[in-house]
Amino acid sequence: MNPFRYASASDVDTAVATVQPDRGAYYIAGGTNILDLMKDDVERPQLLVDITQLPLHEITADADGVRLGALATMADAADAPAVKANFPVVSQALLAGASPQLRNMATLGGNIMQRTRCAYFRDTSQACNKRSPGLGCAAIGGENRLHAVVGTSDHCICTHPSDFAVALLSVDAVVRVRGLRGTRSIPIDRFHVLPGSTPNIESVLDWGDLIEGIDLPLSAHARNSSYLKVRDRASYEFALVSVAAALELDSGTIRGARVALGGVAPVPWRSREAEAALTGQPASGPTFATAARAATAGMRGYGQNDFKIELARRAIERALHTTAAAA
Amino acid sequence: MQLRRVTRRRFLSRLTLPALVVGLSGPRLFPAALAVNVSRAPARGPEAVEFSLNINGTTRALAVEPRVTLLDALRDRLALTGTKKGCDQGTCGACTVLVDGRRVNSCLTLAIMTQGKAVTTIEGLAQVDRLHPMQSAFLEHDGFQCGYCTPGQIMSAVGLMAEHRPTDAASVREWMSGNICRCGAYPNIVAAVQSVAGGAV
Repeated sequence: MNPFRYASASDVDTAVATVQPDRGAYYIAGGTNILDLMKDDVERPQLLVDITQLPLHEITADADGVRLGALATMADAADAPAVKANFPVVSQALLAGASPQLRNMATLGGNIMQRTRCAYFRDTSQACNKRSPGLGCAAIGGENRLHAVVGTSDHCICTHPSDFAVALLSVDAVVRVRGLRGTRSIPIDRFHVLPGSTPNIESVLDWGDLIEGIDLPLSAHARNSSYLKVRDRASYEFALVSVAAALELDSGTIRGARVALGGVAPVPWRSREAEAALTGQPASGPTFATAARAATAGMRGYGQNDFKIELARRAIERALHTTAAAA
Repeated sequence: MQLRRVTRRRFLSRLTLPALVVGLSGPRLFPAALAVNVSRAPARGPEAVEFSLNINGTTRALAVEPRVTLLDALRDRLALTGTKKGCDQGTCGACTVLVDGRRVNSCLTLAIMTQGKAVTTIEGLAQVDRLHPMQSAFLEHDGFQCGYCTPGQIMSAVGLMAEHRPTDAASVREWMSGNICRCGAYPNIVAAVQSVAGGAV
């Protein structure tokens, strides 16, 4: 780990004013991602600004929904009664991620900002356009069993590692961000950006922007939602494929649907194709099969990860059956 | 909480209502735009910085660089070598300690960020002449072979007890999944944890 300076911010204004003008300055909260990357020399901040003293830890519920403070831990959010009751997919996704120790440390803001687990990104001897723009992508044509099958580009085929962010897509979450010019709200489906020719740019945030919280609006589909994670071992592993499914049902007919996928794309992936195939249709096996085919029709593998397309199709079907049965 | 149908548009519009902001308790969520002349947070380092930590109920003075992890501070500066360094990247759980009663990976924790918190290591579990029940259970159930992962397993299990999770074998395996045992002593580890967490010491 490179030497760095350390500062603790006592209020949001000071935190933003410290990081915004300084490209060598990074926020640190749980630290589970940034310190790991620093040990691998992938990141070399000159200044870490500790934001854990900021008053952004609370989880509150009101008539409109649940407000998750950006500094709430994964463990706290997963166990919050208002989250479990009204957004089961969010609680399930949080508990499907990392380990109990890491969930006690990692914060929600950091979770949606976490970097890819692509081995080439984390190995500074390898080509990676995300880490070093212009060097190329060693994963294309390399060991790519764990890589993306949709939303990729000739510059990057990594996957986004977050389970939580996938669940957020299925409940229409809104990210509250503090920047130099004040606070703004960003719907989660416009928060992350595809790699295109600039895989080093991963979200719409500007340098120094600070996530203050994530808001979950109540909805019928959010209340009837679930998360399915398929992985190489039973626990404590990133997704090969994951599915967040949310269904609003009315006498067996699907009135509203959200389908989001993890482990398949460089961003948490929302399938509007699947949602369109579900909406207005009977909640039945043939409908779910059609939706799963619609979601996977545009996917393309890179050799070792071709299996993810069929796995995603089956996982989507199963997640929809599970979600419909819970209604 | 009452479930009430709200559209996203309505939810978003409500977010900007000053009345709602005033109505919220706790920290202010929607502050005004930044003042032009907000000062920056004072920084220390990268050279060694003096501070103290509360370890096992004792205040311990340290002078370490900000980049020193809690794990390295415990082992290399405070001679508390019970906490083990396995992967040093949050994967194996050998470095598990309690911070304010919650289990964390000390390898991914900066020592300087632990100021003002209560750290408990494996050395802090036993009373003067009496092992913690979880330590006794690991002995009784032979919950180890080489023993390297054991301090982390025990600290994680003590943290687990405070979380009040289900204590059937499958649940214990899931909630202990952050601790890897290369010797494969899992059946006995699970039995040891169940014997204490299940209340049948």
